Amino acid sequence: MNIKILYFARVKEAVNYSAEELALPNDISTITALKNYLSQRGDTWADLFDGKQTIHAAINHELVDNLATIKAGDEIAFFPPVTGG
Amino acid sequence: MAVRIQMEDFDAGQELNKLRLANSSIGALVSFVGQVRDVNEGDAINTLTLEHYPEMTEKALTAIENEAKTRWDIIDSLVIHRVGTLKPLEQIVLVAVSSAHRGEAFSACEFIMDFLKTGAPFWKKEATNQGERWVEVKLSDDLAKARWEK
Repeated sequence: MNIKILYFARVKEAVNYSAEELALPNDISTITALKNYLSQRGDTWADLFDGKQTIHAAINHELVDNLATIKAGDEIAFFPPVTGG
Repeated sequence: MAVRIQMEDFDAGQELNKLRLANSSIGALVSFVGQVRDVNEGDAINTLTLEHYPEMTEKALTAIENEAKTRWDIIDSLVIHRVGTLKPLEQIVLVAVSSAHRGEAFSACEFIMDFLKTGAPFWKKEATNQGERWVEVKLSDDLAKARWEK
């Protein structure tokens, strides 16, 4: 299934992407599975998603947890804890 | 209830007057303005750059305002948040809440600000003489938000 992924702030700088379109294998259906899938891209990605730093995920502009389900056409975003205001 | 995300500065006085004069049942108007400090973690700050996730920012802030309206009897609210690169003394954010009596407006204004700090997708990067760095999350912000847990 096809999804879009956006990266922000420190995460964007680490992976060197701000956005990508991705054709995911159909068995990747949760945020955790997606993190594991992306971790196979190399050390930078594995370090990002190994759970040692807090990386938030959003699906279609709503904050979600790791168990959230991904559907075709979703816009997923990964970002560090927010620091506005 | 309104949310504005913008690069340009705002005139807080003008915004507050507009909100105050919109409804004669308003008896209280409480506001918060956040501005860029010239020092953080002991280092001089030259500039502060705010990045955000546009589609989500507006949604998250609107949800926070709506939650404030369900918790307190407020008449209106306004959130203006700037993005881009700012210098010390520049305004970052305005939160304003109107109500019939002060208690509701005070609480709702603080609530909106505490939830904005921890729930709206903005990220600050500061430029110091040593280089650029991302601003770290403060535990005190999480504690401030936790006060409002029902």
